[in-house]
Amino acid sequence: MKNLKIFFLTLLSTTIILSCDDDDDTPAPINEEETITTLILTLEERNNPTAQPIEFSFQDLGAGTVTIADGFTLTANANYRATVQVLDETDPNDVEDITEEVEEEDDEHQFFYLLPNSNITVLYNDSDDDGNPIGIETTFDVGAAESGTMTVTLLHEPDKDAAGVSDGDPTNAGGETDISVNFNYDVQ
Amino acid sequence: MKIFLCCLALFIYGYCQAQDCNYTFTGRLIDFHDGSEIAAAAIKIIESNSYVTSDIDGNFKIPNLCEGQLKLRISHIACEDKVVSYDINSNRSETIYMEHHTEELNEVSVTTVVSTMETKTAQETLLKSETLEDYSALSLGDALREVPGVSSINTGNTIVKPMINGMYGSRLLIMNNGVRLQDQEWGVEHAPNIDINAAGQVSVIKGSAALAYGGDAIGGVISVNPVRVILKDSMYGKTILSGQTNGRGFSTSTMLNKTWTEGWFASGQASFKKYGDFEAPDYVLTNTGQEATGFSFRGGKKRFESGFEVYYSYLNNEIGILRSAHVGNASDLVNSINSGEPFFIENFSYDINSPKQDVTHHLFKALYYKRFKSFGKLNLQYDYQINRRLEFDVRRGGRSDRAALDLELQTHTLQANVKLDANSKFRHRFGVLGRYQNNFPNPKTGVRRLIPDYDRYEIGTFFTSEYRINEDVLIDAGIRYDFVNIDAQKFYRTNRWEERGYDQDFSSIVIEDSGTQLLTNPIFNFHSFSASAGLRYEFNDNSYLLGNYSLSTRAPNPAELFSDGLHHSAARYELGDLRLEQEVSNRVSATFSFNNDYFSLNTEVFYNYIDDFMYLEPAGVEEGIRGAFPVWEYKKIDANFYGFDLSANYRISDKWALQNNSSLIKAWDLTTDRAVIDIPAFNTVNQISYRNKVWNNFSASLRSEWVFEQNEFPNNNFETFVATQDKMVVVDISSPPPAYHLMHFRSDMDFRFTEKTNLNIALSINNIFDTNYRNYLNQLRYFADDLGRNVMLQLQLNY
Repeated sequence: MKNLKIFFLTLLSTTIILSCDDDDDTPAPINEEETITTLILTLEERNNPTAQPIEFSFQDLGAGTVTIADGFTLTANANYRATVQVLDETDPNDVEDITEEVEEEDDEHQFFYLLPNSNITVLYNDSDDDGNPIGIETTFDVGAAESGTMTVTLLHEPDKDAAGVSDGDPTNAGGETDISVNFNYDVQ
Repeated sequence: MKIFLCCLALFIYGYCQAQDCNYTFTGRLIDFHDGSEIAAAAIKIIESNSYVTSDIDGNFKIPNLCEGQLKLRISHIACEDKVVSYDINSNRSETIYMEHHTEELNEVSVTTVVSTMETKTAQETLLKSETLEDYSALSLGDALREVPGVSSINTGNTIVKPMINGMYGSRLLIMNNGVRLQDQEWGVEHAPNIDINAAGQVSVIKGSAALAYGGDAIGGVISVNPVRVILKDSMYGKTILSGQTNGRGFSTSTMLNKTWTEGWFASGQASFKKYGDFEAPDYVLTNTGQEATGFSFRGGKKRFESGFEVYYSYLNNEIGILRSAHVGNASDLVNSINSGEPFFIENFSYDINSPKQDVTHHLFKALYYKRFKSFGKLNLQYDYQINRRLEFDVRRGGRSDRAALDLELQTHTLQANVKLDANSKFRHRFGVLGRYQNNFPNPKTGVRRLIPDYDRYEIGTFFTSEYRINEDVLIDAGIRYDFVNIDAQKFYRTNRWEERGYDQDFSSIVIEDSGTQLLTNPIFNFHSFSASAGLRYEFNDNSYLLGNYSLSTRAPNPAELFSDGLHHSAARYELGDLRLEQEVSNRVSATFSFNNDYFSLNTEVFYNYIDDFMYLEPAGVEEGIRGAFPVWEYKKIDANFYGFDLSANYRISDKWALQNNSSLIKAWDLTTDRAVIDIPAFNTVNQISYRNKVWNNFSASLRSEWVFEQNEFPNNNFETFVATQDKMVVVDISSPPPAYHLMHFRSDMDFRFTEKTNLNIALSINNIFDTNYRNYLNQLRYFADDLGRNVMLQLQLNY
């Protein structure tokens, strides 16, 4: 019985000690490092330096907070130099350019521009060390008037040697999707 | 006092040189537990090699003793032999306490084969070491599937979570050598950290009737215990070495035990496993290798009246996860499902790359027990566990080598149990428990925390009783109360906080606001009551009936409350809910068992109604920059589970035997009137075996495993836009794969070298016909087929 008493006393005192062990340190916030919040696709008309560049942008701040700027009008039969930029704008005071990370690992990344049934041809203007496309800089060769939806995709670890991948078709690329956004466009 | 008596004895001895042989020793034998007299015990006088017997009142008398030492060995049926010695220098009278309880004796028995059940009226099945040894190269979850009604929910073939009657994770309680395992089973891809090679026997208890362990075991209890300690001077051990073709790996385990008559014991065990990529019939499952290292040490002193034990175990598991199962969004998932084979198929390799897990578990335990005369036994136990879980993802910017998840969970538990067995009809147990737990998610991951920082306090107390009405009928009952306090510190992104409506209901818990993130301090208190009552009726020596009712209450775990993140292999966003409350289960079960020399049958039926069953289910699709993701939320529903488990053995002759294990379970979500997800389909295992003792104990068995297609499942399919096809496509995540039938073969032989040394050689072939199949309860079924043929050779040396 005495042992029991000792035990309960021990239990009680341990509980008290543990309860008092409340450290007041608050955990450090984590700013997710790999987040991509924003994709901006800028199209500059090559033979018309006075034209305003056209900017498609998609911003996702999480939990369904999405802002899309699209519906822009391209000029029929024009030729555009397109560049894509990806950003982390989680902290508006500290915007990070994720495009740099993509460039550093260019052999593991590729952008795809899908414009089904369109007269626009997208050609890659850049390549990694193996001679495969990356897609940060492309040429949009616009044809006749039309309207439609364009999907811009960034794949991580695609198989760039698979059939069609280096021509911009991700069907056989595998890998996983880091970005997949849709924009509406018009050609007039 | 003793020294004084000795001195006195010596003094008297020296003084009276002449030998007087006319002293009388009168003794009285009393039962240690209930104080009753022990009649008809044999008392051997060691010096003279003669015997006397105790009378009906436990008295005995030894006349004509000479001066000097008297040494007696007392033997009685169902008692441990007791040796006592007295100095005789006058007439002397002594009371001798005997340990007279067969059941208790099992704990200190001189035979190693004694195995006791932990419950009396619950549905309990025991797996002995011979069965566990067959699974030395696999995992605990694989071995448990030997029990009808126990299945597993897998992520690949190396992450195997046991499932009892359709329930897993927090609804199962896993005890490792008397310590409740605290190892972060937050999700389907987190398997229990137990080394099967450290287990001497495993008890599976369906339902929550084992209240001494916890009140929240809605699914059941798995109790893993080391080999029993024997009370004699002995040293024995075993070494198992196995190699297999699938995974091109090996597993080795060795164990050594030393025991002494005085009750001291020490044992050590170590195991190591290494596998490369496993293979499906048609392709290599890239990045599915495993490396596991475990060791444990146990020592102490075990006597009837008191004893202690210290135990330490270590386990590290590095597990690769199928590379192709890491997908970016719903469109990737549908491509994987529809393509029919994994995207990444590379040549066989032993490398384990991201995605992978690296989990380390330390367990330390100290136990002390003491028995009190005419009262019972007191157990005091302290245990400490550290579980460190690292998970690596395929990441950008060279971060794949940095863990994306880094959690450290530390748990201290202090408990006291008292077993009152003074009355031979009644047996009571009661106990108290205090537990403190701290979780630390390392912020260095650069990924928002899946599980937040938290402190968890738990106090539990229980009382159970059993009463033997007569030879044939036993009843038992128990109650338990648990208090759980969770004090967490969690960051929420402000937009998620508002989207969940927490800004309305929980604004008071916000302690810091950085604009985009909120630091909150959720505190939860849960009071849980559980109870159990049961009956055991023995019809005759061959058959019995068990009936049991149990009420159990489970508080939500941190994953259910706080989850907030992307689940890559399911391409879904998982969200916890701060509003969850406890779930309450009411389970009734009945068992009929029949057993004779040729035939044995065990049938179990159960019905389990669960109020506020916490359940992860789809709640819409979130469109973001990665594309579309289904969002799954923890919700509460009312559900019922019912089914039967059957096991039958028929011995055709002394060499041939047939065996069948079958189980059926149904689970229904009563709130939305549809089936519950991830419930095993009807399955039946039939085996024919041959054993011939004369041919070196040769045995061979052929086993057929037939798993039906699950045709009751919730339809969680949704549509997503696939850009390459320029259309919306149905993502079929719900349809279970078709039924499958596998054949397995196993054969073994014993070679005896000396009386104590023998070698067992076993050859087994799993999936003999290299059948392609996918298992509904394997989370990687969307991406790849299950394992193809595996040939394994296992050598076991016992010494």
